Amino acid sequence: MLAIEDVHVYYGAIHALQGISFQVNQGEIVTLIGSNGAGKSTSLKTISGLLRPKQGKIRFNGEELTGMPAQKIVGRGISQVPEGRRIFANMTVSENLDMGAYLRKDKPEIKKDLERIFAIFPRLRERKGQVAGTLSGGEQQMLAMGRALMSKPQLMLLDEPSMGLSPLLVKQIFDIIKDINAQGTTILLVEQNARMALSVATRAYVLETGKITLGGMAQELAASEDVRKAYLGA
Amino acid sequence: MGHVLREGLQQVVNGLSMGSVYALIALGYTMVYGIVKLINFAHGDVMMIGAYVGWLATSRLHMSFVPALLLAMASCALLGVIIERIAYKPLRNATRVAALITAIGVSLFLEYGNMLVASAQVRSYPPVLPSVSYKVGGVYLQYGAIVIFATTIILMILLTLTVRYTKIGKAMRAASFDKDAALMMGVNVNSTISATFAIGSALAAAAGVLYGAYYNTIDPLMGIIPGLKAFIAAVLGGIGIIPGAVVGGLVLGLTESAVSALGASTWRDAVAFLILILVLILKPSGLFGKNVREKV
Ligand SMILES: Nc1ncnc2c1ncn2[C@@H]1O[C@H](COP(=O)(O)OP(=O)(O)OP(=O)(O)O)[C@@H](O)[C@H]1O
Ligand SMILES: [Mg+2]
Repeated sequence: MLAIEDVHVYYGAIHALQGISFQVNQGEIVTLIGSNGAGKSTSLKTISGLLRPKQGKIRFNGEELTGMPAQKIVGRGISQVPEGRRIFANMTVSENLDMGAYLRKDKPEIKKDLERIFAIFPRLRERKGQVAGTLSGGEQQMLAMGRALMSKPQLMLLDEPSMGLSPLLVKQIFDIIKDINAQGTTILLVEQNARMALSVATRAYVLETGKITLGGMAQELAASEDVRKAYLGA
Repeated sequence: MGHVLREGLQQVVNGLSMGSVYALIALGYTMVYGIVKLINFAHGDVMMIGAYVGWLATSRLHMSFVPALLLAMASCALLGVIIERIAYKPLRNATRVAALITAIGVSLFLEYGNMLVASAQVRSYPPVLPSVSYKVGGVYLQYGAIVIFATTIILMILLTLTVRYTKIGKAMRAASFDKDAALMMGVNVNSTISATFAIGSALAAAAGVLYGAYYNTIDPLMGIIPGLKAFIAAVLGGIGIIPGAVVGGLVLGLTESAVSALGASTWRDAVAFLILILVLILKPSGLFGKNVREKV
């Protein structure tokens, strides 16, 4: 479904992604783990079109995405829940969800998806009219996920959904991620919380300072000595 | 006592007329600042061009007030978009100072460009608004003042509805808050910025035509002072905040006419700038400003 081939991304002189390649297949949950500054967010921003690779190719369902403007990529079926949520704090919960469906015109379908999102996150229904900036951190995470789902993505990119949440809430969010996946959305998940990420993922890649150093089935990686030492603290 | 009250009410009417003009211009400042964080110092000159288009339409094309107003608004909307594309867009990632200097350049270009085209001569508007006034409770309400105020209210309602409920309005708010997040929703941020310039410039043009029709004379440098005043109004209300611009404009207009009423009309401009200084010292975020912090 998604194929990244030898992608290089720079911030000025900083070579943030040094030729990474990986794939995500339909129906999978794939996770990209790595420590601070490894280039995880950079990878997702590049897929979403916010950053341009200097070299390499990104293909989605056979179509070349490299160089496509960010606002078109959503329309192709990739939406992102960015790091730090980036909800529109000046708008209401409903308006944020409307923004997620910005490119869609199928009104009845949008309505159905809104109901589905309220079923997944009942809290959002209760807070419909509230200004998003006043939501709690956990609610903001739910809103960011709901907003991304409103574009009816085939592939959803999640950047550290567990950040700043209590363990209980993290567990809840990961259960929801599994549900969303079970309902047919493919997922690419970026996490520092490697234990959680590996427990839900089908496959995983390890990113270290801009390079992919390991890749394989999530269970196998979780069992490997190197990964345990570096990312699972054991 | 009755006399003082009447005099006071008369000044309120005057203040609201001038304040409406400030408010219309201030809206463009604030909307543009909201989305590109640029103080568009050419904005007062867009108002001036609007006044000239209105003058051309009424005096040469013999159009009546409303069509002339609409023509000026449409022309300036286009002008605003062109200015943004040519002058500001290439500098979107440059330093703020570079953009500010460019804005001053555009301002001078419009002022002296128009002097070249239309000459520096002061022009007077044909009497598009009947010069009648109604005496209501001892206060003279000029027809023109009513038109200014009513037009401003109508435009503000339209703007509010647009910003609150339409797709482009939501895109504008989203992009003002976080451009990358807006892009991720599929918003074409470039055209959203163009739309913002178009709307802001159209409102400035409306202010220009109203100004010309009510105060009669226009000249190529007429935009400077109202432009600065509107900037003060926008800062007073809280730059980037739409209702703030309206309130800021009206408050400034009323303050100025109060100063005139106290017999200190030569101090009017000084008082306006004093307000700017006080706001910047006491509450830089303006009357309506609050600090929205993101939760992490
Ligand atoms: N806007 C930027 N300008 C310059 N360098 C940047 C920028 N954004 C990221 N970088 C650098 O690129 C590298 C990768 O950053 P990235 O944000 O992708 O890391 P990450 O893996 O998401 O880290 P974290 O887990 O802390 O979020 C880092 O060295 C970072 O300093
Ligand atoms: Mg990151």
